[in-house]
Amino acid sequence: MRDAATTATVNLVYLARLREAFGVASERIDVPPAVTTVAALREWLAARGGAWANELAPGRPVRFAVNHDLAAPDAPVGPGDEVALFPPVTGG
Amino acid sequence: MPIRIQTEDFDVARELAALRAGKLSVGAVVAFIGTVRDINEDSRIATMTLEHYPGMTEKALAAIVDAAKARWDIVDAVVIHRIGALAPADQIVLVGVAGAHRGEAFAACEFIIDYLKTRAPFWKKEDTSAGARWVEARATDDEAAARWRSPREPAA
Repeated sequence: MRDAATTATVNLVYLARLREAFGVASERIDVPPAVTTVAALREWLAARGGAWANELAPGRPVRFAVNHDLAAPDAPVGPGDEVALFPPVTGG
Repeated sequence: MPIRIQTEDFDVARELAALRAGKLSVGAVVAFIGTVRDINEDSRIATMTLEHYPGMTEKALAAIVDAAKARWDIVDAVVIHRIGALAPADQIVLVGVAGAHRGEAFAACEFIIDYLKTRAPFWKKEDTSAGARWVEARATDDEAAARWRSPREPAA
């Protein structure tokens, strides 16, 4: 966990339906000091409103991966992390 | 333990022959082949596009095969998953497992495809008679994967 005054630059990746809904495939962005977990990141992104609020609303099925591993809501998010957001998977 | 993600088709016979080539302890080879249906949820499917998350997909599939190897006494496994545009009847995925005996090979093969369907980052988008749509995850797939969970293992 970083200290309470530091922002972190993270790489966000959006896949499948979420990429289309947000109209962007990825972004490199500074998140505020309070955003230290997957759950906090979700809430922060949802506050953008519009498609973000809609797709990331509580109860919507969104999966997160941090550095290519599936991540639970309490998983930490830190500087340099690649955080991917995507719908439940449908391969096979 | 070959794991491949590719746009091109695969030859099941050749892949299964390669899986057991030179491994004289193998007495059973089990294969699952997933193919594109022409009808899904009452809409006729013209084409389907499969997307994945490069980097994570390979890692997730390797972890699933490793888990199968830790749980069952199998000799080797192969997973091939196609991406890009596919049409009805096309092959999508091959899971092949070689083991000494059929029981462990059957179980490991079913485990790998059940976990692939719920944990590996692939998504299907269908072009149907009712328009284009992303395929929704099925609760039955989660239930199929949950059968393999030990009481101590948390949900995905």
